[in-house]
Amino acid sequence: MAVETLERLLAEHPFFKDLKKDYLSFIVGCARNAFYKPGEFIFREGEEAQEFYLIRDGKVALEISFPGKKPVIIQTLESGEVLGWSWITPPYYWHFDARVVEPTRAIAFDGKCLRNKCEEDHSLGYEILKRFITVVEQRLQATRIQLLDLYGAS
Amino acid sequence: MEKFKSYYLAPEELNKIFDYFKTRGYKIAGPTVKDNAIVYDEIESVNDLPLGWTDEQGPGSYRLKRRNDEALFGYVVGPHSWKKFLFPPILTLWEAKRENGKFKIYEQNYSEEKFVFVGVRACEISAILIQDKIFGGGQYVDPNYLRRRENAFIIAVNCNEPGNNCFCLSTGTGPKVLTGYDIVLTEVISESGHYLIAKPGSDLGEEILASLGFREATTQEIDEADKVSNEAVNKFRKEVDLSDVVEMLQSNYENPLWEKVSEKCLTCANCTMVCPTCFCHTVEDVTDLTGQSAKRVRKWDSCFTLEFSYIHGGSVRYSTASRYRQWMTHKLSTWKNQFGMIGCVGCGRCITWCPVGIDIVENVKLFKESELKLKTGESYGRGNT
Amino acid sequence: MEPVEKEVLTAVQNPMLPLIFQVRSRKQETNDTFTLEIEPLDSKSEFKFLPGQFNMVYVFGVGEVPISISGDPSKKNRIMHTTRMVGIVTKAMGKLKKGDLLGIRGPFGSSWPVDKCSGCDIVIVAGGIGLAPLRPAIYYILSNRERYNRVILLYGARTPDDILYKNEIEKWRSRFDFEVYVTVDRGISGWKGNVGVVTTLIPRAPFEPENTVALVCGPEIMMRFTALELIKRGVKENNIFLSMERNMKCGIGLCGHCQFGPVFICKDGPVFSYNQVKDLIFKREI
Repeated sequence: MAVETLERLLAEHPFFKDLKKDYLSFIVGCARNAFYKPGEFIFREGEEAQEFYLIRDGKVALEISFPGKKPVIIQTLESGEVLGWSWITPPYYWHFDARVVEPTRAIAFDGKCLRNKCEEDHSLGYEILKRFITVVEQRLQATRIQLLDLYGAS
Repeated sequence: MEKFKSYYLAPEELNKIFDYFKTRGYKIAGPTVKDNAIVYDEIESVNDLPLGWTDEQGPGSYRLKRRNDEALFGYVVGPHSWKKFLFPPILTLWEAKRENGKFKIYEQNYSEEKFVFVGVRACEISAILIQDKIFGGGQYVDPNYLRRRENAFIIAVNCNEPGNNCFCLSTGTGPKVLTGYDIVLTEVISESGHYLIAKPGSDLGEEILASLGFREATTQEIDEADKVSNEAVNKFRKEVDLSDVVEMLQSNYENPLWEKVSEKCLTCANCTMVCPTCFCHTVEDVTDLTGQSAKRVRKWDSCFTLEFSYIHGGSVRYSTASRYRQWMTHKLSTWKNQFGMIGCVGCGRCITWCPVGIDIVENVKLFKESELKLKTGESYGRGNT
Repeated sequence: MEPVEKEVLTAVQNPMLPLIFQVRSRKQETNDTFTLEIEPLDSKSEFKFLPGQFNMVYVFGVGEVPISISGDPSKKNRIMHTTRMVGIVTKAMGKLKKGDLLGIRGPFGSSWPVDKCSGCDIVIVAGGIGLAPLRPAIYYILSNRERYNRVILLYGARTPDDILYKNEIEKWRSRFDFEVYVTVDRGISGWKGNVGVVTTLIPRAPFEPENTVALVCGPEIMMRFTALELIKRGVKENNIFLSMERNMKCGIGLCGHCQFGPVFICKDGPVFSYNQVKDLIFKREI
């Protein structure tokens, strides 16, 4: 796929909404198109976190497994959302399994590549971190509400 | 020109009015001395009134004392209020019975008891008018209350001497009786004698006074009575400006002062029981041992109990401070939003019968001070950290 | 004092007197919730209600509880109550069978503003049993579908097993004019739907915020988070409606229990606009 097309896909994804075109061109080299089938694992707990994913469409479940129990789904992610932030902070290991629920198209980013670009250009780094912190904040809020177990045990 | 004439009654002549009503099936309810307190109960004659007694009140304190005269109404308010007749503390609303595998609900007969209330003070009339609004002024009414209210004949009395905890001047509900009565009495004890000036406030009141053969009061007697009752406004020992209390309390929900003003509070609910306007009640569904009949009983309730705000999972107002805040804010503020007037008539009962002497008037003043400090930049509690 | 039998109609005059209703059917919804369909025992009575209103439900000899009405407002005398078995009375309700009797006072309270707008988007956000009081609004909206633009349901339950009205949700989902998103707080493997709290559905739901009326019902914390999330999306504060809960004993604004600052939840609510309650809803122990 042409770099141009990939750049357009990046610009269309809500995560990169209104990001300067120069930045998009600068980072597009770290990105690749990806497609996953249901049942496939995009990553597994404990593996090195080399990438993160902008989901274009489809559905991915973040899961954790216990001995003697069925895996628990922590969250599902869909079109327009971001999967994975373990690539940002050392030692870069995944904490959950990402299992594909519905056929999923995504843009995968090479974490190391993007980290290097962010080090090179701190303004870009700040832009990227701001966007990630928003995602992290939303997830944290959601997790806190989940913790409250609002609807009560049945 | 006044609509009604005033009449002269010797103290014992009140009996004529009592007898008039007794022969017509009314019960006479009035102040009487019982267990070292002046309570409202059924009375037979003037002799049952607290002749020559007065009460001395303070925060958390109440004592009866002898007067050096034979005044009938020489005290202020006791632990009872008229709501115990109009809005009984315990009332069965209906009964349900199992019949052939089904059940049926039988409404309880409304009480047909008729009462003459004797010695109703200005603050208490205001309280009755407030409860009229609550139980009879909205989309839903309490037919039981309305029936009792219809059947009440009110003989009011002007307060000549406010008590230590009285602040009806500040709530605008006394000391003089202005409305809501059938007959209002002013008691005069002077060199010219001991007598009552009775003025009708309703056609029935006028009819009774005229038909029982009382003589018209002389101008001199009326003037003397007016003088006595007009002087009462100068005798208040408790006053507070309540002009901005509605807005003030609703903008102070989170003032840490609530902790301080409620720190002694035992959440005993006495203040709500003695309050003549407090209307909160609960219902209890009870059943007999065989499970064949059940009934619903209405009982006075209080916002000071933990159960009052219980929803599935726990009580909304779990702290004492929040319950005190609910009571005081309701009484002096949100009541206005709900019913168009504040829920306090300045009778002082909540101060007198608070076992630890919490004083609503002093607490209003503390909130005013706290507001003032906030305005002048001196912060209270909040912002210190 | 001898009790005197009164005609059923006197209940209209005395709001404390229940009318007798009979159970038509009982349906187990989830492990701890069930729906009773009831009708007046006296076929002459006519019971009408507005979406969002509630009844005081009396179980003989046990007690009375407020329960929202969850059936179709266009079906007269077919009253539905979806209830969770949590207390003595609701557990006793849960044991009632077809033909059993109960006492009903109501309907009481304010209703969802389903006629507030025409041509606007409607977003219904429900959490847990909070879907029950919203179901009459859904029925109403769907039977007057042409009045609205987009109609969206965002529903969050604890686990897949706790989802109410499963079959009905599937039916709604198959309509082209009703977008239904369901999410659960706790997913189990094999669950194909969303996992995450209901608020996470808001940023991605397809509605035009400035032209949206939102109806929200669930636990108070869920409603607070939801309101803030809707406001973040650009929904106007006076277009967000919540159904509040406080202790209720009389249902008619006389007993004082359900006070929430200046209002009575039973008579001024339970449905309020966010604007009406926002000053108090974030304060403690009100």
